[in-house]
Amino acid sequence: MAERAFKVSHLAGAASAALLLALSFGTLGAVVWRAEAGQALGPADWAAIRFTLLQASLSAALSVALAVPVARALARRNFPGRALLLTLLGAPFILPVIVAVLGLLAVFGRSGVLAIALGWLGLPPVQIYGLHGVVLGHVFFNLPLATRLILQAWLEIPAERFRLAASLGAGPGDIQRLLEWPMLRAVVPGAFLVIFLISMTSFAVALTLGGGPRGTTVELAIYQAFRFDFDLGHAALLAVVQFTLAGAAALVAFWVAVPGAIGAGLDRRVERWDSRTGALRAQDLAVLVAVTLFLALPLVMIAWRGAAGFVALPLGVYEAALRSVGVALVSAAICLVMSLSMALMIAQLRGRGAGRVIEGLGYVTIAASPLVIGTGLFIVIFPLADPVALALPITALVNAATSLPFALRVLVPAVQQVEAAHGRLADVLGMTGWARLRLFLIPRLRRPIGFSAGLAAALSMGDLGVIALFADPGSATLPLALYRLMAAYRMDQAAGAALLLLGLSLMLFWLFDRGGRIDADA
Amino acid sequence: MLTLEGIRLTRGDFTLSADFQLAAGSRTAVIGPSGAGKSTLFDIIAGFAAPDTGRVLWQGRDLTRTAPAGRPMSLLFQDNNLFPHLSLYQNVALGISPALKLSDADKARVQQAITRAGLSGLEARKPGALSGGQQGRAALARALLSARPLVMLDEPFSALGPALKSDMLRLLEEVLEETGAAMLMITHSPEDALAIAPQTIVVTDGRVCPPAETRALLADPPPDLKAYLG
Repeated sequence: MAERAFKVSHLAGAASAALLLALSFGTLGAVVWRAEAGQALGPADWAAIRFTLLQASLSAALSVALAVPVARALARRNFPGRALLLTLLGAPFILPVIVAVLGLLAVFGRSGVLAIALGWLGLPPVQIYGLHGVVLGHVFFNLPLATRLILQAWLEIPAERFRLAASLGAGPGDIQRLLEWPMLRAVVPGAFLVIFLISMTSFAVALTLGGGPRGTTVELAIYQAFRFDFDLGHAALLAVVQFTLAGAAALVAFWVAVPGAIGAGLDRRVERWDSRTGALRAQDLAVLVAVTLFLALPLVMIAWRGAAGFVALPLGVYEAALRSVGVALVSAAICLVMSLSMALMIAQLRGRGAGRVIEGLGYVTIAASPLVIGTGLFIVIFPLADPVALALPITALVNAATSLPFALRVLVPAVQQVEAAHGRLADVLGMTGWARLRLFLIPRLRRPIGFSAGLAAALSMGDLGVIALFADPGSATLPLALYRLMAAYRMDQAAGAALLLLGLSLMLFWLFDRGGRIDADA
Repeated sequence: MLTLEGIRLTRGDFTLSADFQLAAGSRTAVIGPSGAGKSTLFDIIAGFAAPDTGRVLWQGRDLTRTAPAGRPMSLLFQDNNLFPHLSLYQNVALGISPALKLSDADKARVQQAITRAGLSGLEARKPGALSGGQQGRAALARALLSARPLVMLDEPFSALGPALKSDMLRLLEEVLEETGAAMLMITHSPEDALAIAPQTIVVTDGRVCPPAETRALLADPPPDLKAYLG
């Protein structure tokens, strides 16, 4: 439209984009300014860089390699519980990292299930802390993601091609060569890079399962420089390193086509005629049982051990839980306002340069590390106010920025779809501005809004990142309180707190998601 | 009077050109094969697409740069004429106030239009609980209420059965008579054109012919139209 008035003001969208820009690049500016130029990277810093790259490469490679057989089994088998397994594969996304870590310790740790089993065989327990543990944690979170990405690509191979292959008498080997390898070549590099990026910027796994001179990531080194040495210049220098590494990886990831992470329609299945042999059935069964155990056992252990510790939780844990719920609700609200206003702006500027820039900006925070943002915010706020007193608002804000890319992934296509269906009707009726938002867009977008808010609330509820930098004992969130219980080896109480955290995260997600669905007229 | 003056719009290798006038209160059908440019023509008149050159005028006033809501027309689409989350009453009332801010007099008028369309008693229902015919009636009730001087319809009844369709055409005719509005209706059906539109515009290959008398046109169609009608 040549000169028509904006349907919905771009003010909120532009302000959100500016805030995001300030959070990701403004804080980086502060960090660069503070990073003393003369200071060089010491041997420990180089070790942290090497360890970061090594663990991220291993985590991504293992996740993708293990995901291929799982996705193949899910693509070609139909069995009772398949839908449940698919849900389980989606669960780690809103599962608090610290809860999962506790579950993994209960299975793979020194006194875990695996150690007990090995003990019966007369073998020593496996060592979980260090490289193993960090990679194990990352694989636990990213194997499901990789499986979903690859499964999606598998199901996008047209069914006709499998029929054609079957009619030509192609066996499993031929189908692999003709249909599956080309698909994997297209999807695997993108999946690898996404997981590499996630593993590189993840903090909580490295904090709890890494550590020591041979198990420190750059993120963890920032935290240690900040928290233990209070060497702000050194922390800032490491933050610059982290941003450079993540930025480089993100650039490569944008260059290689990255597959969409939140896909629907995984409930289909490919009809296959080549895989009816007993050996292949047994192989798929083994793969599916193994992955189910790997994902479900830690959760079962949390529920089992947590139920016992639940009764003896100290009052401080409940106070922390209350703070966490507050932070999660505020964070979800901020994330929703920002992502919705940006999504509306992107949809209205669709196809134009400005729209694409805003959209790209929305995804920048995938690469931005919360600890870098946190360090920058500390530097900016320190001369003006006491950052520790602002720990909770800062956490809510940074969590909102971290959830934003996921909310945008959901909301941008939804806004486009809603505008395509009823946008013209609203145009003809002259519904602009607040009336358009109140009477048309928000009611039509209830489901995606509920889902995004649930996601943002659950992610914030379980986040252990910025809060670890800022908080004093009086303002700990539940994940931080849980981490402190673990650090003090009060494992029963930690399990109880983990169960509480898990329950609250799932409940927040469920409430928002459900709220978006109830009474929503299709 | 609606005037399209030297309109040209090019999208890729498709060009639409139009140059014609419609008298106030006239009823015109638009007929032609798919992809010939009927919908593009509607988009230009309604304000969803801006022509590369030329002007759209209403009573001599230039509308070319006016937003859809500022133009003197109500529109009925093939579907999605009602918001699924709003009640029938609210959907009709949008014809008076896009923010649903209604005075008591407005409310009485909304109720009157709903009754006029034979929908009394269904005010609280949402579109999902209405039949296709009732949904069409609700959209017509809104057109009646907003009483704009031009009603444009894009294949509005193509999904309805014959009985419902003639029912809707009758209601449409009543709406047009009461408001004195002109009508422009895209249709695939020569019978619909004969039933309600004394004149017809043929669109083929991006060329918009000036309106011609419907009966004569269908009795002796030009080659392009003949090929389309079969």
